[in-house]
Amino acid sequence: MKEDMYKKLGLKVGLEIHQELDTHKLFCNCPSILRDDGPPIGVKRRLRPTQSELGEMDRAALAEAIKGKGFNYQVYPDTICLVELDEEPPHLVNEEALDIALEIALLLNAKPVDEAHVMRKTVIDGSNTCGFQRTILVATDGYVETEEGRARIPTICLEEDAARKMGEDAGFIDYRLDRLGIPLVEIATGPDFSDPYTPAKVALHIGQLLRATGKVRRGIGTIRQDINISIAGGARQEIKGVQELALISTVIEREVRRQIALLEIRDELKRRGAAEVEKGFIEVKEIFSNTNSRVIRDAIKAGSIVLAVRLPKFVGLVGKELQPGRRFGTELADQARAYGGVGGIFHTDELPAHGISAEEVSKLRSAIKASPQDAVVFVADIGERAEAALSAVVDRANQALLGVPEETRRALPDGNTEFMRPLPGAARMYVETDIPPIPITEDRLRRMKERLPELPEQKRSRFVRDYGLSEELARRISLSEHVELFERLVKKYRVEPTLVASTIEETLVSLRREGLAVERIQEAALDEIFQFISKGKLAKEAIPEILRQVAKGASVRVAVKELGLEVMTKAEVLKLVSGVVKSNPKLIEERGEKALKPLMGIAMARARGRADGKLVHELLKRELKRLGGAR
Amino acid sequence: MYRGKALKLLKSLSIEVGDRVKIEKAGRVYEGILMPRTELGDPNHFVVKLASGYNVGIRISKGVKISKVEGGKMPRLGLPPLEIKRDPAKPDVTIMGTGGTVACRVDYRTGAVYPAFTAQEIYSAVPELANLANIKVVEVCNVFSENMTPQLWVRIGRAIARELNAGADGVVVAHGTDTMGYTAAALSFMLKDLFRPVVLVGSQRSSDRPSSDAALNLIGAVAVAGKSDIAEVCVVMHGSTEDDFCLIHRGTKVRKCHTSRRDTFQTINDIPLGMVRGTELKLFREDYNRRKPKGRVKVEGKFEPRVALLKVTPGMPSSVIRGVLKAGDKGIVLEGTGLGHVPESLFDGIKLAVSRGVPVVMTSQCLWGRVDMKVYSTGRDLLRLGVIPGGDMLPEVAWAKLMWSLGKTKDLEEVSELMQENLAGEITPRSRPDVFLKPTFALTP
Repeated sequence: MKEDMYKKLGLKVGLEIHQELDTHKLFCNCPSILRDDGPPIGVKRRLRPTQSELGEMDRAALAEAIKGKGFNYQVYPDTICLVELDEEPPHLVNEEALDIALEIALLLNAKPVDEAHVMRKTVIDGSNTCGFQRTILVATDGYVETEEGRARIPTICLEEDAARKMGEDAGFIDYRLDRLGIPLVEIATGPDFSDPYTPAKVALHIGQLLRATGKVRRGIGTIRQDINISIAGGARQEIKGVQELALISTVIEREVRRQIALLEIRDELKRRGAAEVEKGFIEVKEIFSNTNSRVIRDAIKAGSIVLAVRLPKFVGLVGKELQPGRRFGTELADQARAYGGVGGIFHTDELPAHGISAEEVSKLRSAIKASPQDAVVFVADIGERAEAALSAVVDRANQALLGVPEETRRALPDGNTEFMRPLPGAARMYVETDIPPIPITEDRLRRMKERLPELPEQKRSRFVRDYGLSEELARRISLSEHVELFERLVKKYRVEPTLVASTIEETLVSLRREGLAVERIQEAALDEIFQFISKGKLAKEAIPEILRQVAKGASVRVAVKELGLEVMTKAEVLKLVSGVVKSNPKLIEERGEKALKPLMGIAMARARGRADGKLVHELLKRELKRLGGAR
Repeated sequence: MYRGKALKLLKSLSIEVGDRVKIEKAGRVYEGILMPRTELGDPNHFVVKLASGYNVGIRISKGVKISKVEGGKMPRLGLPPLEIKRDPAKPDVTIMGTGGTVACRVDYRTGAVYPAFTAQEIYSAVPELANLANIKVVEVCNVFSENMTPQLWVRIGRAIARELNAGADGVVVAHGTDTMGYTAAALSFMLKDLFRPVVLVGSQRSSDRPSSDAALNLIGAVAVAGKSDIAEVCVVMHGSTEDDFCLIHRGTKVRKCHTSRRDTFQTINDIPLGMVRGTELKLFREDYNRRKPKGRVKVEGKFEPRVALLKVTPGMPSSVIRGVLKAGDKGIVLEGTGLGHVPESLFDGIKLAVSRGVPVVMTSQCLWGRVDMKVYSTGRDLLRLGVIPGGDMLPEVAWAKLMWSLGKTKDLEEVSELMQENLAGEITPRSRPDVFLKPTFALTP
């Protein structure tokens, strides 16, 4: 689809970027460490929905409560304390985290609030032990200039990350508490993007800016994007957990496709004169007493019932594709799973199949008095769950009569999305009464403004200007996580800045591509190398080979020695050069001074990185001149 | 609420809390509902709840413009009262509100959690109770549990007797957790001929949050009050950090042991009476007072309020006791070291107290174990000075018991006898080997 097509559809996209900060947890002194060893302790809890400050029960909270699962929290006593376990009130806010958030806000040209209030955002899916996520609105009305133009940043919040979901069974959801409480900055753009491609570019730009602070966490899962998407006549969807920037445009394209298809379903239902679906469920176990469907047979054997519901005038629509490989029936199944805890649903648009015969389908249709215009949905599970599942299916089918329901959806790896919960309203916020309001003084902001980090683009032009780096190398190093290391090395040692930058940004990268463990190379090793070079004890050509050895576990000193890479003395170079000249009389005879280039290659190869190219060049030239003069 | 120049500004524009307002300041525009201001915060900020749900504070300084967009309602936290029909097949349980975190809401005066839900609202918040019992709600008082007094104990005791004598099958007392143990002990001595359960319950996580322990505790308490045959004063609270079961603690052996954990209440020097999982009861022992179909509770509600509980410290001087006596205290409970010892520097003070007819009772700051004052010479000296050994009574329980005993008699001999007699399960005859703290951390690396 062309970009103006999206504009015509009224596409609106906004981003929420969540970035973990590199400091201890937001409301306690636990380190922000993720664990991959087995948890020594499990704690089982439940949550109950509560009233929000404005007195209405929030529908997202209600939805989770109906699901009614327990939570098993995985606890590591050495890195998780009673605060994460909701057994101790939160401590005062981590001031370092607040400083980082304010710094980010200022970098995004936003206006910090005068007084920050910690809010409780009710989330009762268990990912927060207390049943709410603590969040603080830190600044408003920001913007960022990108190559795509100015992007508005209406709000910047500081909040605690949620626990990690590790698994789920019929009764309990497993959460690991290591991630709970890690400080996050949430940066929300306006719903201003009207094509699927700009958002990823803006996200990349903001991500680079965040890294410029040097105070954010890096690695998988430390930055996550939520995407808000709607089209005209559709509804806002909040799509959670897109970790790959490359996936953003696909997610948007496919969501647009889904909303268009849902609107087509609505129009078709209207045309067919479909009325509200009723919750009349019929038990049809007998029809399947001799079924070839293993799923149903096993379920019945385990004491399940088979419950069916009629969706009047839905024939053909349940099987309609919304996204590649996902049909309207898949959406119904999402709901059935979420609210009924069932494994899935069957619907007549896909039958006969899965071992269910045409005869069974026609018996089913007549049992439930379905006309050929109707679709039938059924589930095989224990009574309570089957009923809850079909009830959710009917609710979702009725939403289809109206169009697109507002939902929070989870991004799948292929760019499709699935239902998580209804979109929460504003009512789920109330004040965190355990923490007093935090005034943000002019003083604090003034001090902060004085030491704002340089932005990547400012760094880039300075590097070109002051260090003589090429535009490309300056760009790369200005966005690099090693930018501070670069400047430190350049200032400390008398070496070519371009050499330092290319060592960090090119040599290390190509060594990593070779499969070497470059993370084993400590900063101190680079210090040592550049110290050798600045003193003329090492030729720059030796750097890759030394780093290769260091990555394998050697120290710089040992690598230099073992490789015989100490730089040659001038006398040694001279000896090498005259040797090269002597052993290639033919070349010199033929080419005269033009033999310099091939001879240079031969000499450098023999020097194996131990000689400074400049010196070799100089001496060779002199030697050739001498020879030429002699002749 | 707002005060000072903020209030003046609001009044002049006839803007009230709950109105939708627009505040402009230095290029920023905030639009939302004007929220109440905590009085403990400075008076120089407006608090606005934005459409996103966030609250922000806006400093009132030059150039701030506030205007009313539209009138609104004062935000309320109230729960709709739940009407229930009496089911004669179910027990009648009276829930008595006293304040505390089993019943609380956000308070804008302090910005903190405050005890202010009525007990009726608690019931509305836990509709499961409807399947369990016919609930009646009485509010006896509304104080933080740290502000509980012996006078209020008596008021609560009388209210309990009234309910039980009028036919309630059990009473649940919703109480703040800080001094719940003290009240439980006082009620245990005060309520004579108790023939039905009296259950104290509270919560460690306020009931306004989804993770509150209030509901499980309350359901457990109502189950014990309505279904159990324990005709004693007991405390029902979370038995572990999980939302799994509650323990039923005897009112005279229970203590709040942790500042914030859900399983803060522990039975000390004994095993609990039993447990309740959901509404299923499981009792651990036989030796408790049984429910009777008929009876009449008497309230022996005279307490001597002037009793001191002193924690003994190394080198503690006798002037501490002299000060207490000078203040007019009529009894002293010592929380001695180890088996029940004090430094010699305290001997004079103790002598003085006993000579003035002020009983001195010894308990141990170890909490676990019983005092034994015949093992070391100091203990023997203290016995000779007339110190009354408190067995394995908890110091707070001994304190409440001494207040109650002094309400009955001033005679030192009689007080000594009462203090050493097991009246309500406060002194165990034998020390079980399985009731001392067990560490839960990994003992082997």
